[in-house]
Formats: sequence, C-alpha cells, structure tokens
Amino acid sequence: MNLDPKIPSGPLEDKWKQHLKDVKLVSPNNKRKYSVIVVGTGLAGASAAASLAELGYNVKTFCIQDSARRAHSIAAQGGINAAKNYQNDGDSVWRLFYDTIKGGDYRSREANVYRLAENSNHIIDQAVAQGVPFGREYGGLLDNRSFGGAQVSRTFYSRGQTGQQLLLGAYQAMMKEVHSGKIQNYPRQEMLDLVVVDGKARGIITRNLVSGEIQKWYADAVVLCTGGYGNVFYLSTNAKNSNVTAAWRCHKRGAAFANPCFVQIHPTCIPVSGEYQSKLTLMSESLRNDGRVWVPKAKGDKRKPNDIPEDERYYFLEERYPSFGNLVPRDVASRNAKLVTDDGLGVGETGLAVYLDFRDAIKREGKDVIQAKYGNLFDMYENIADENPYETPMKIFPAVHYTMGGLWVDYNLMSNIPGLFVAGEANFSDHGANRLGASALMQGLSDGYFIIPYTVGNYLADNEFSKVSTDHEAFKEAAETSSKQLDKLLSIQGDKTIIEFHRELGKIMWDKVGISRSKEGLESAISQIRKLREEFWQNVRVPGEAGYYNKYLEYALRLVDYFELAELMALDAIDRNESCGCHLRDEYQSEEGEAIRNDDDYAYVAAWEYLGVNGKLETKLHKEPLEFEFVEMKQRSYK
Amino acid sequence: MSDMTINLKIWRQKNSTDSGRFEDYLLPGVNEHMSFLEMLDVLNEKLMKEGGDPVEFDHDCREGICGSCNMVINGRAHGPKHQTAACQLHMRNYNDGDTIVIEPPRAAAFPVIKDLVVDRSALDRIIEAGGYISVKTGAAPEANLIPVPQEVSNQAFDYATCIGCGACVAACPNSSASLFTGAKLSHLNSLPQGQPERDKRSIAMVNQMEKEGFGDCSNYAECEAVCPVGISISAIAQMRRDYMKAVF
Ligand SMILES: Cc1cc2nc3c(=O)[nH]c(=O)nc-3n(C[C@H](O)[C@H](O)[C@H](O)COP(=O)(O)OP(=O)(O)OC[C@H]3O[C@@H](n4cnc5c(N)ncnc54)[C@H](O)[C@@H]3O)c2cc1C
Ligand code: FES
Repeated sequence: MNLDPKIPSGPLEDKWKQHLKDVKLVSPNNKRKYSVIVVGTGLAGASAAASLAELGYNVKTFCIQDSARRAHSIAAQGGINAAKNYQNDGDSVWRLFYDTIKGGDYRSREANVYRLAENSNHIIDQAVAQGVPFGREYGGLLDNRSFGGAQVSRTFYSRGQTGQQLLLGAYQAMMKEVHSGKIQNYPRQEMLDLVVVDGKARGIITRNLVSGEIQKWYADAVVLCTGGYGNVFYLSTNAKNSNVTAAWRCHKRGAAFANPCFVQIHPTCIPVSGEYQSKLTLMSESLRNDGRVWVPKAKGDKRKPNDIPEDERYYFLEERYPSFGNLVPRDVASRNAKLVTDDGLGVGETGLAVYLDFRDAIKREGKDVIQAKYGNLFDMYENIADENPYETPMKIFPAVHYTMGGLWVDYNLMSNIPGLFVAGEANFSDHGANRLGASALMQGLSDGYFIIPYTVGNYLADNEFSKVSTDHEAFKEAAETSSKQLDKLLSIQGDKTIIEFHRELGKIMWDKVGISRSKEGLESAISQIRKLREEFWQNVRVPGEAGYYNKYLEYALRLVDYFELAELMALDAIDRNESCGCHLRDEYQSEEGEAIRNDDDYAYVAAWEYLGVNGKLETKLHKEPLEFEFVEMKQRSYK
Repeated sequence: MSDMTINLKIWRQKNSTDSGRFEDYLLPGVNEHMSFLEMLDVLNEKLMKEGGDPVEFDHDCREGICGSCNMVINGRAHGPKHQTAACQLHMRNYNDGDTIVIEPPRAAAFPVIKDLVVDRSALDRIIEAGGYISVKTGAAPEANLIPVPQEVSNQAFDYATCIGCGACVAACPNSSASLFTGAKLSHLNSLPQGQPERDKRSIAMVNQMEKEGFGDCSNYAECEAVCPVGISISAIAQMRRDYMKAVF
C-alpha cells in the first residue's frame, strides 16, 4: 500500500502557494469532456460540486435526503473559524494553524493544517458574497465570538444556526449550477459501492431509495463527502442518516482508513432521558463562554441547584484549569465531566449530568444580553428538557459528536485509490486526535471550495482515461454484490430488530471505546462486537422488500458496516499505547489524570488496510510518520 | 407521570399509485419525555416485532433544522405546538387516551412516495430557478468591504432561517408555496449583495412556483401559523412588491 502524503517541499507558508503554481490545469474546452461524481451534499460536497461545475466539469451529485439542503451540516450551531483578526486581538494564519495543530495534539500534518488556516479567510469572503447572514456589529461589520480552546475571538456565526446558513449558501451555489446544466443532482440515492477499473476509481453503485433500484454511474473521478461515523455509537449528536457506509465500502475496495479511534465526545449535550432515546442534542459550546460548569461538592446532594450555596459548589473546570476555565478544549471538558460523575457527584435522575449555570452571566450582563446571544439555544433546551435555563441551570453531559478519523488522503485529498478523493468529515486530514470547535465547517468548506477544484483538475490533467461504461464487468460485479447483500438481509427474518442490535453495539462502544479506554476493555469490546455481529447475521429482522422505499432496509445496510468499523476502532485504540487528544487510555495518564502522549512511538497516522472479515476483521496497519519541522511538539497544558 | 396509551390513526399508502387509507394502532407505554418521532419509532419496533410493515416518515436531524420531517398531526402541519417542528414535539403535550391522526402534507405538487413520505423536489426547483447570488468560488471580495447594517442583516436572517419543510404548503388552503418562495426572496433581495439579480430572481422564482402547480396566496396566513421557525408573512408582501416592480 502506497501512503505517500505528497507534501510539497519548501517553507510552510509557501507550500500551498507553490503547489497551486505547480498543479496541472485542464483547458476550458477540455473540462467539459470530464465527469466527476460528488457523493454527499453537506458543506464539503455542495461546495466542491458547485466549484467544480463552475469550472466547467460535468458533475453528478448524490445524497440520501430528499434535498441536498438537508445534509447533516445543516445542524451545526456555533460557528466557523477564520484568521481575519477583525478583533485586532493578535490573531493570524499562523496562530490559527498553531492552535489547530496543538488542539489536535500533534497528530495531524503541519502542511495540511497550515493550508486550512490560510483558506479560512477566503471562506468568509465567499460566504458573505453568497448572502450568508453572519452576525454583525452595530457598524455593519462582521462580529466574532470566542470558542473552546482559543484565546482569540475568531469565530464567525449566524445566531445558533451557522451550519444551516453556510450550507444554504453552498446549496444555493450548487443549485445555480443545476440550473446552468453543469450539475445533475440525484437526491434520495445511497451509494453502496465504489467501482474501481484498472486501479482507478471510475464510478459508484447506488440504491435509488424511492424505487429500490440498484443503479450504476461512471465518471473520471469520485469525490466522497459523506460525513462522519459517530452513529456507530447509536446515540450521538449526528443526524439519523449519517453513516459510514460509503466510506467503508471504499475501504473494502482498497482505500486505507486512518485513525478510526479518534472520536470527539462533546461536553455540552442534553443528557439521555430513557431507552427510547433516539439521538442526542448538542447545546453549542459557545454556551461555555458565559455558562459555568459545576457539580455539588457533596455526593448525593439532592437539593435543587439554586438552593446549593456558593461554597458547596465545585466549579471543577475553573478550579482545575485556572487559565482556560470553562473554555478548555472539548476532550478535557468531557473527560472531567466523566471523572466527577464517576466520583458520584453527577446530578439529575440518572446521575449522569453536570450543571451549566448562567446565573452569574445574567447578573453581570442582564437577561436581555444573554437572550440575544443564546435565545434559540435556551428555547431548544427548554423544549426538550422541560426546564427554563434562565432560572435553573442546564443539565449537560458529554455525547459522541465528531469523528476525526476517516479515509486516508494525501495532501491533494486523494485516497490511495487514484481518482477517489475524500473531503470534509469523511477524511482524516486536519484535526489530528481532537478537533477544535468551529473548525469542521471551516475544513469542509476549505476542502470543497478551495482544494478539491484544483487537485481534481490536476489528477484529470495528469492521467489517461480509458473509455469505460457501466457495462464494464467491474460495474456488474459491484452491482451484484450490493443486490445479494440486500437479499441476504431480507431473508434472515430473525426476531431481533435492527435498533435492538444497534443499541447493543452502541453500548459496547460507549462503555469501552468511548471517553476512556483500556487494553482490557478494548479486548473485551472486540469479542463482544464479533459475537453480536454474528448474531446479527443470524437473527436480525429486516421488514418489507428491496423494491420500494424502505428506510429500515437502509438502516440495516448501514449497521452491517458499523459492525465492521466498530472492531477496527477498537483495534486502532489498542494499537495506540498512549493518550492523545480525545483518545484517553487509562494506562497512559498521570496521577492527576492528565493524558500522557508518546511522541517517540506514536507520532504517526495509523492507516488500516482491509483484508476481509471471517469471524474476525482481518486488517493490516500501515504507518505514515508525522514530521514536525515548524512547530515544537509540546505537552498540551490548559492549566 | 405514568406511561400513556395513545390511539393512533395513521395514513398508510404503499406508493404514489396506491389510493391509501387510515389505519388504527393502539400504542401503550408512551412516556411523556419521548419526542413525537421517538413515539413513532416505538410503534415501528412493535409493528416489526409483530411481522408488520413499519410506518415510513422522513426525518434526519431531529433537531428542528433540516426540514425533513413535515407530517400533519391532527390536521395541523408539525402538530399543536407553536413554532415547533414535529421532531421537536414531545409527548408531554398529549394525555393518556388521546387519539392522534397523522397524515402526509397534502398538495398536488407533493406526490406521496410511501405513507407519510412525500416528494418535495418542487421546492428545490424553485431555488434552482433563481434562489441564489451568482458569485463564483474565488471571485468574492474581502468580506468587510460590504458592510450590512445590523438590522438589515438580522432581518435577512429571519427569512433565511426557513428550513424548507413545506409545512406552509400543507397548511395553505390553496397549497401555495408563497411563504417558502417569499422567504428566500426576502432574504436575498434585502441584502446589498443580492441587488444586481433582484428583478431577475423575483420573476424566475415566482414563475417557477406557478409552474410547479402550487396555488396562489389569498392571505389566509395559515402558513405563518404553522411555520416551525416563525417566518413572517411579510415575506409574501415583499415577494409581491419585488415581483411587481420587476415586471413593470
Ligand atoms: C449538532 C452539531 C453541531 C455542530 N456544530 C458545529 C459548529 O458549530 N462548527 C463546526 O465547525 N462544526 C460543527 N459540527 C460539525 C460539522 O457540522 C460537521 O463535521 C460537518 O458539517 C460535516 O460536513 P460534511 O460535508 O463533511 O458532511 P455532512 O454534512 O455530514 O454531509 C454528508 C452528506 O453525505 C451524504 N451521504 C452520506 N452517506 C451517503 C451514501 N452512502 N450515499 C449517498 N450520500 C451519502 C448525506 O446525504 C449528506 O449529503 C457540528 C456537528 C453537529 C452534529
Ligand atoms: S427531522 Fe430535521 S427538522 Fe425534523
């Protein structure tokens, strides 16, 4: 397996600029001879599709939802980072780069992250020109807020709906190209396989979710923008349709899967209320700018929060991390919430919650100011939890939120399968072992607007393409594999439902591959996963037929891939004998519970090759060493 | 509070050619903290265990932002709670023994796919006709070169917040998509960036709306009443003004 990251040489500041000078171009007349498939229409997919179409390529877009506008990106709340330094508080491209590398605990590539920081400013320009209504100051210029882990205010926002507004901007840009005829848009289509011909990605197999038909599509390049795999945990903040299927099927066709165990657990979510719970709702972490996190000092203190006097409250983040306080990065906040609840200090009926209190902020700034900042989030909380956060502190608990791992890509965002590009949350590229708040939107749009259009062009200009049609043997084989799998699932007719299996898998993952991990726990997780997977194939009940709209069949298909991915995540976590970013191994922490990273042995990207599943997942680890030429690897300290 | 038993009357339709009918289900064990869609999940689990066909409905974010869910509950799009999408509705709004009727949003422009799932692609085609500002990637000027007064930007946001669910169409006696179309026009037409294409956009989107078979607006304001994000019907007035100005 060839895992050359293809990082351009030269000074950090010049790498991308130089690369742009070096990439091969396709002449305007030739662009229309090429076709590109973009799978997924979230921020990454919609922006990539629009930009490629504007250049003149023939683009086909696919997504699961009934409209491209409904991709999971729509739910992002808090904001998007950029190094504009509008606040004159000392921000710069370098500082955004440095914060991101450090936030990722030195498990990402310097060159990629620097480019991300460079592109950040263009994203804001692009979005404003599209009419994205960002928050503004009285003078009409753009406003910023500060976000977890950053000491500058660099986060641009549209109330609590930044993802929605950015996605609508990208979606509209995409619809403009549907209008111009350069994009053919196929919603309600799920990619089930990648088609590789002569070693190059040449198309995909989809299931038409309305008719149930298995369909074949060819192209000269495929750009996968299918989002993250947090739903492997059953409960997460991800939209219900988020899945790993497209990425996993590419993995099975030879694409390396990198750092699968790097999962971000978000500290501020609404706690679970019962078995029937189907997903978790995030409360934007911008709330930590004004909310104070605490638990009662005494175990089992059942008093109402407002009855607990100041000196009996344990503001654990402020006390343990005086310089960052409530704004420590997500992993630190989540881990500490788990530690205090493990110690029996948790609140609420289940004891699996901590308080996020706005009392002091309301006293200091007035209810109106707090309402203007967070009104819709407070309403959302009250609607779900049935409590008024202006009067009673919110109850929050960590939940699975974002997956830093994903398909391995080189500097051009191309996987190790030529012609298969991967952008957005689906790739592993820029966030290392932990992602900073407000940087996923930035990465998705940087990939889609400002990287993919050039690197896909370079690939097309640099390669010869044999004429391939969907009659090719490879298409037939892939389509048959997909149909057979559908038939198999429908034929089992066991007596456990898909959700029952998913819930059980999720519990194994949350308990043993979640906030903290140990070798022992991970090994037992693996044997439990294998057992459950076997049972699934014997005893699952999938309703209905394949030939029409059948949401539960879609669901079952996705669960098939989660069962394999789950095992890989545990294997990856076992391999990584260190604690870094979101990956906390119990064996590798100091006495005070701080993570101990091991740069000598683990400063690498773990890229896994799929070899098959035979009772167990057969897989092979390849390592891409990470070299740090421009920053010094420091132990993170938020004390 | 103890668990509730709910009588459900749900529209079942195999596909777009099937004529469809209501079917009754008795669902015990409903908890007040469940969301409405979780209640349907529980129903579906029960149906599948019994070897039946689950009820199909569109959903994704379950946070009231993606606009996937759009069922009509007891005659009202998204159900009884003001400015709340069906996925954000909780069973605490119901009592033990209640009957709840659930059906798809009905409009000629929204053919049924299965049960509560409909085809809303007409809304995409309205955006496709002109719901954008034509700026190519890379051509944008520095963001702060275009100051936008805070009130203008806030107002644009109030329209841009539309989630495209189609509840407005379902609620309108004429099945008009005026609130949806008006919201996008009011968003883009109020911003300085949106001025160059203002007339063209207004004509193209209004014409497309008609072409898709949506009805006219007769000011019933039912759309505003059911909109889960509170889009004001001032959007429709704005759309009319902009359209008239563009045509004459
Ligand atoms: C509640 C929440 C709040 C967040 N808030 C923020 C924030 O404030 N700031 C920030 O920076 N980040 C935030 N994030 C993270 C961020 O939203 C996501 O990481 C990002 O939007 C992912 O974008 P994407 O384009 O990679 O993928 P998605 O938006 O997940 O899009 C995936 C697309 O792929 C399609 N797809 C998937 N599988 C298939 C398949 N098999 N076949 C066909 N199509 C498929 C889907 O239909 C969809 O169109 C938040 C995330 C959540 C869950
Ligand atoms: S499911 Fe997204 S708005 Fe209801």
